[in-house]
Amino acid sequence: MKKNINKDIFKASWTYDEAPESTDHIQVKKQYELYIDGNFTKPIKGKYFDTINPSDNKKIASIAEATTEDVDKAVKAARKAFKSWSTLSGKERGKYIFRIARLIQERAREFAVIESLDGGKPIRESRDIDIPLAANHFFYYAGWADKLTYAFPNRNPKPLGVVGQIIPWNFPLLMAAWKLAPALATGNTIVLKPAETTSLTALKLAEIIHESGIPKGVVNIVTGAGETGAEIVNHPDVNKIAFTGSTGVGKYIQKATAGTNKKLTLELGGKGANIIFEDAAIDQAVEGIIDAIFFNQGHVCCAGSRLFVQESVADIVIQKLKDRMETLMIGDPLDKNTDIGAINSKKQLQIIENYIKIGLNEGGEIYQPKCNLPKKGNWCAPTLFLNVSQSHRIVQEEIFGPVLAVQTFRTIDEVIEKANNTPYGLSAGVWTEKGSKMFYLTQKLNAGVIWGNTFNKFDATSPFGGYKESGFGREGGLHGLKPYVKFE
Amino acid sequence: MIPNLNNLPTFDTVGVNERVKRFCTRSIKKTSKVEGLKLALSMIDLTTLEGKDTKGKVQQLCYKAMHPHDTLKDIPTVAAICVYPSQVGVAKKALQDSNIQVASVATAFPSGQSNIEAKLSDTKFAVDQGADEIDMVISRGEFLSGNYQYIFDEIATIKEACGKAHLKVILETGELDTLDNVRKASEIAMYAGADFIKTSTGKIQPAATMQVTYVMLNAIKDFYLKTGKMIGMKPAGGISTSKIALQYLVMLNEVLGEKWMNKDYFRFGASSLANDILMQLVKSETGIYQSINYFSKD
Repeated sequence: MKKNINKDIFKASWTYDEAPESTDHIQVKKQYELYIDGNFTKPIKGKYFDTINPSDNKKIASIAEATTEDVDKAVKAARKAFKSWSTLSGKERGKYIFRIARLIQERAREFAVIESLDGGKPIRESRDIDIPLAANHFFYYAGWADKLTYAFPNRNPKPLGVVGQIIPWNFPLLMAAWKLAPALATGNTIVLKPAETTSLTALKLAEIIHESGIPKGVVNIVTGAGETGAEIVNHPDVNKIAFTGSTGVGKYIQKATAGTNKKLTLELGGKGANIIFEDAAIDQAVEGIIDAIFFNQGHVCCAGSRLFVQESVADIVIQKLKDRMETLMIGDPLDKNTDIGAINSKKQLQIIENYIKIGLNEGGEIYQPKCNLPKKGNWCAPTLFLNVSQSHRIVQEEIFGPVLAVQTFRTIDEVIEKANNTPYGLSAGVWTEKGSKMFYLTQKLNAGVIWGNTFNKFDATSPFGGYKESGFGREGGLHGLKPYVKFE
Repeated sequence: MIPNLNNLPTFDTVGVNERVKRFCTRSIKKTSKVEGLKLALSMIDLTTLEGKDTKGKVQQLCYKAMHPHDTLKDIPTVAAICVYPSQVGVAKKALQDSNIQVASVATAFPSGQSNIEAKLSDTKFAVDQGADEIDMVISRGEFLSGNYQYIFDEIATIKEACGKAHLKVILETGELDTLDNVRKASEIAMYAGADFIKTSTGKIQPAATMQVTYVMLNAIKDFYLKTGKMIGMKPAGGISTSKIALQYLVMLNEVLGEKWMNKDYFRFGASSLANDILMQLVKSETGIYQSINYFSKD
């Protein structure tokens, strides 16, 4: 099976006509305000910034920029609301959260389209993954709201107070749901800041939260860039910070909160190992590689960005992977056939392109499928780097784009050592049909999430989080309640 | 020689289901749809395999094969007619002036429960009658009891008896139980000389599914990567609508690619699919769905 692999170039000749999801049912305003104390209010300094459609770099709307005064207002509103919200019965809190979940479901299509417009991800993903999962999280935690004493028996769980939440741009609505749902269920009040490139669905969510009739001040949504986030982190009356984003910013937040009484959970970067053994179901493993690295243009903290293939099957796996990449469709995020959408921002595209340059300079063998990238907007072809090693920078550092570093290995011990040889510890994938090997690997790999014969699967009932420089604390499942309660 | 079956790729049902689901969410519209429909029509093995088949019935079916819907312009004929050996002569004569092939099932179809001599004479009779293609069944009982050499020899023997006729090997995946068994049977058939591998007789449920077809397409791909030889694929049974046919073509397009996107390497074993495709083609031309009564049933 090794040597005489046919090198014919694979071609899929039948091209599909465009099938764009319509946008006439969505409502996007020209300008969005802050959501503070149950009101949509103008920022005190009156500053706004643009949110851009990354597939054509056209402006979609103006977004309010929250400054010190606005954040302070939001924290005060949350503090005021905390008194009654935290003493409201779990059953009553649950009602509001259930209502939010149902409203998301009712407007799922609108959310999906806006998520793809604003963030560049393919509608297939926003429609089938992001939005349903977001609703799923609200439903799940709504169910826990009146059962907290069963979640933590004999420990008398109490809410923390005002929680500051800062979320990333890769899964805008979903990350808002991951953060809001458990915090609300446990009786905390919230000041949440979405990422500056993807504020729209969080602001749409604010509309839904408003519609749900939840008491004013319980959820406050302030928009802005890093400075706004810093205002939340440094505000003296915030009891807890929950952050998802880069390891660099995570380190800053940990420093800033050190010595204060603020609790902290961090969900940071990753460089996940995806390990293919010779006894894997090869064709499913190839599909798993695609899901691991090209899902959401690789803008995934738990992406399987380091591929390890056992040498005996390396040729066939790489051949099939290349062929599969030829069938990936890159383009309009709103087209139902699109597999890979636009890179979220110009800034991120530059970071990715720089890493590709680094990889080439380091002598990596690059492979990209023949695809026509659109002229306007931010685009990056799916990319493999073959013949690289643990010493290459593109193997060591998080790229956060559709770039996969491929290495081969010979033995189990070797691959465990290499997989763990990273400052990160968020995710890993193992592909083998042999159960005992799978369980052995799950014990040995230092990663918060290990997928067996699949990759990038999420569920509200399942905890998610990292080791080492990938952060601490868990989101999802019963474990996801714990970072939002204290025990008396 | 029988291939090594120990290191065959395995298949994980959950992963296969997920992959198949993605083929089904490709949105095929406008010209790509018309293109796909015409291609699907040209790949049909129009089939009648009934105890009550007669000369009259087969002649009518042959006319339908040559004239699917004369009021539609620029549409292809189907690829072949598929009948029992006793009707091969009738079909051959009726299809004389066309390029349509005559395929005949053989080897104690559909169960395969006979001895090799009977299967050989069944095959020879069909070939002598003029069959261009032979659709044989494998002995599933022998396969399930692990007698792989028997299956290999059986296929190789029939292949020899086929002479110039193409051999399609029916695995009857509905009786093989697991995807790994389907993969194994595909491997044996390809190495034993099959020109096509085919899912089902149509007499057992489930017949063709996208999952088993996906496994077989990957087997064909592996075989091609190893040997450079292209094997054809024929899902048969249960593919009755254009929508399903287009989903199969999406899968073919994305697994094997353009070299396989023609009737020499892909066929649909079907009887009612043709009219559904015609109805869709008329709709794409006129914008209106016509009553099924405007489409001839032969």
